[in-house]
Amino acid sequence: MSRISDPEYMQPTEEQDRFWILFASPTIWAIHLLACYITAAIWCAKFGETESAFTTVRIAFAVYTVVALAAIGWLGWIGYQQQRRVTDKTPHDDDTPLDRHRFLGFATLLLSGLSAIATIYVALVAVFIGSCD
Amino acid sequence: MQTTENDPEPLPEAPPLEVRRTQEERLLKAWETPKGWRYWSAVNNSEVGLWYTVASFCFFLYGGVLALLMRIQLAVPENTFLTANQYNQIFTMHGSVMMFLFAVPIFEAFSILVLPQMLGARDLPFPRLSAYGFWSFIIGGVFVCGSIFFDAAPRGGWFMYPPLTSSYQSDVGADIWLLGLTFIEIASIAAAIELIVGVLKCRPPGMRINLIPLYSWYILVVAGMILFAFPPLIAGDILLEMERAFHWPFFDPARGGDPVLWQHLFWIFGHPEVYIIFLPSVALMAMIVPTFARTPIVGYSWVVLSAVGTGFLSFGLWVHHMFTTGLPGVSLGIFSAASQAVAIPTGVQIFCFLATLVAGRVVKSACLLFVFAGLATFIIGGLTGVMVAVAPFDFQAHDTYFIVGHLHYVLIGGTIFPIMAGFYYFFPMVRGKKLSERIGTIVFWLVFIGFNVGFFPMHISGMMGMPRRVFTYPAGMGFDTLNMISTIGAFILAGGLLLFFFDVVRPRKNEPYSERNPWNAGTLEWLAEIPDKPWGARSIPEIDSRYPLWDQPNFVRDVDEGRFYLPDAKEVLRETIVTSVIDARPIQCLRVAGPTFITVWAAIFTGGFFILATYHWWTSAVISGLLAIVMLLRWAWTTAPIPEKDSKDVGLGMTLPIYVSGPNAVGWWAMFITMTADLTAFMSLVFGYFFYWTVHKDFPPEQHQGPGVFWPVLSLVLFAASYGLTLLSHRWNREDNAKMFYGGIIGAAVLSLGGTAAIIAGPWTTNLDPTSHVYPAIVWVLAGWMALHGIGGLIMQLYCLARRAARRMTAKYDADIVNVCLYWHFLALTVFITVGVIAGFPFLA
Repeated sequence: MSRISDPEYMQPTEEQDRFWILFASPTIWAIHLLACYITAAIWCAKFGETESAFTTVRIAFAVYTVVALAAIGWLGWIGYQQQRRVTDKTPHDDDTPLDRHRFLGFATLLLSGLSAIATIYVALVAVFIGSCD
Repeated sequence: MQTTENDPEPLPEAPPLEVRRTQEERLLKAWETPKGWRYWSAVNNSEVGLWYTVASFCFFLYGGVLALLMRIQLAVPENTFLTANQYNQIFTMHGSVMMFLFAVPIFEAFSILVLPQMLGARDLPFPRLSAYGFWSFIIGGVFVCGSIFFDAAPRGGWFMYPPLTSSYQSDVGADIWLLGLTFIEIASIAAAIELIVGVLKCRPPGMRINLIPLYSWYILVVAGMILFAFPPLIAGDILLEMERAFHWPFFDPARGGDPVLWQHLFWIFGHPEVYIIFLPSVALMAMIVPTFARTPIVGYSWVVLSAVGTGFLSFGLWVHHMFTTGLPGVSLGIFSAASQAVAIPTGVQIFCFLATLVAGRVVKSACLLFVFAGLATFIIGGLTGVMVAVAPFDFQAHDTYFIVGHLHYVLIGGTIFPIMAGFYYFFPMVRGKKLSERIGTIVFWLVFIGFNVGFFPMHISGMMGMPRRVFTYPAGMGFDTLNMISTIGAFILAGGLLLFFFDVVRPRKNEPYSERNPWNAGTLEWLAEIPDKPWGARSIPEIDSRYPLWDQPNFVRDVDEGRFYLPDAKEVLRETIVTSVIDARPIQCLRVAGPTFITVWAAIFTGGFFILATYHWWTSAVISGLLAIVMLLRWAWTTAPIPEKDSKDVGLGMTLPIYVSGPNAVGWWAMFITMTADLTAFMSLVFGYFFYWTVHKDFPPEQHQGPGVFWPVLSLVLFAASYGLTLLSHRWNREDNAKMFYGGIIGAAVLSLGGTAAIIAGPWTTNLDPTSHVYPAIVWVLAGWMALHGIGGLIMQLYCLARRAARRMTAKYDADIVNVCLYWHFLALTVFITVGVIAGFPFLA
């Protein structure tokens, strides 16, 4: 059976869509920001005097950023796949399950893009700033 | 516009005229507004929303007068028009009133007023909650504003920084701010709950998530932000008030406290707050622009990206208000980066509006002039915002008039102008008549010119070094002319606002009613009949488009002739349709509450608690608090009654259940949202504990041994048992095993009591003195928070017991215990974290 004649493919049910996925990427950005901030704050408060300490902070930032970008990228990919189901034309303003599904995908993709940029912004701080002072 | 094949269509034929008349009579009777003095018992969104709007507008005028007094004082150097003390009270009240009593409430007010119309709903799901929020708001607002007439107003700035407000101002002013505004913050959270559930669950059938009006998207985001932004401030208020009233040293460095914690808690609230008031105004523009451009919004999904993206990113900016507190450079960098990033989504929505205007055929109107003014002004404020987000620039501009200029460009451009546009836009819908276009154009030029003349020079005086919050300045420093210009501008602005106010309140008896949908808009709120009927929509429509009035043929006729859902109120009860979150599939015919005075009494006694506590009249405050709890329980007792039948025919061949419990029910969502806010406040207190750990070399300090392990762990065990028994009682209730249910819930209540006593026994038996050092103080606060929630859990268990005994809860109609179980999930988490922190963390530290 071709996908076009598959009603499930053409008309994804409400249960197949997840509203929260829209908010997942920005949430990862928020966790990344907090993780970076808390790590830096605790490290600078407790071990700020030592010169080598900041390398640890930088490594931590790098690890957080790789993990966060991987997760955001994955969500963005899900969104991208979802928005190009059947067609990738915009806008998604039809009263159909397909357009609702594609809209949620597109919004997820856009928010993932924004979250990725904002995450990189925060990560760049560790590139330019090399100490707690 | 494409729709699915099996979408319900309106009735092909209208019901006979006779039938329609009877239906209309019943609907009118069900939704009738109370008359005479009982008018004030109304809870319907159209009344409460109107009162709310009028009240917040009055507070706006009050705040505006305070601003003019400040501008008179600053017009010339070394002026003696106001004393330093008066000036401090006035600038504190100006900021506090504009933020807490105008900007946030006006958005809630507008939303309560128009959101149900926009969603084709008869009302929001919890009308009494809106009414309670309104009465709390008005009581708290009058209390806070009135203080200035007794020379007792707060004078520590709208941010109330300690140690100024904790150690140097012993008068009642700061208490009025802390307790009065905490009370209002609770009202804001109440409105947020109402609006979130409204947008997610009360949309008209068929209004899928990709079809909802952009206003609703923004409201959803903003209400969600309130849940995460206001609780940290409430937590901060608790700590600061405990310091002021009982000398617990949270912000006193001599005893281990740290004033910077207040700044964190305040600005975790304070920065999102800016977006909490800005986004609803953008929401208004998102509705107004397509109407006057005569075309659907360009880039709907991109605007949604902006709304959600800005909502999130705005939480990552709070430290940019603290760039000069000496935080590590890397921390400043992180928040500087996030502050730059937020410009991206903010800019995207502005480009979408501009694109819509370019794509459409723009119709001239006063309303649109204010939108343009808003966009232009906000862009200037936004760009100076990006400047101060750069830490080195901020070091120079901090605490100068540059910031005053910047924030007024943001707030007046981003909020006041769009709100004025909103007034012009929605006035015919609410009052049946239009505001004058001619006066509107004059108002526009006056406020636009006055605003820029008033506030632009502040950037220059700030750059020249004029500090903020000074009551006067010496002559000859270069500030004289600039300040005089600012004052002249402020009065031109005030003149414009006065003219606007005149246009709003002037008698219109001789003017004809406006035509229906006077702007030829496409969204549902313009279904409203003129003059308006109390029922919202005559029948609740099936939606196929983002702009149903433009796209769905014969739409208004079909709604008016009752060809859609719920065209009747057979039982003469107030009903609306509850739908699913994503596709707005009808799932319940919800009966909403009617007029009552109980919400007024509940607000009076809640207010009494806060107001009496301000003056340290503890006994009266506690009595008032207990009476408030009694009123709230009395109110809850009458909600979700067991219906006379299981389901109801709502028209178009659809039958819906009347009573629903669990995640499909609006009450479950309200509990979930409330507890999310509650958990956020709790986590802010936990953040305080760890904040103190990071700033101290030894935390817990050696001389303070406590609260030990035994009592907290015992409390954990007792609460865990109570939690388990509550969940089992839910199951026994569902199985209709009355004996086991009663035994289980009574056992759970006893265990809750034991758990509450045990958590207090921890710090008590280890002699932790909360006034001696910040460590015992923060342990006491966490233990106290948990104990209060334990008592809340206990009351709820007893409430379920009483409900079942009174036959108001049965095996089938079990919403009470389902919601109580949800509360207990959150309580269990609170208990686990509290015990883990106060008993477990000392071992790790």
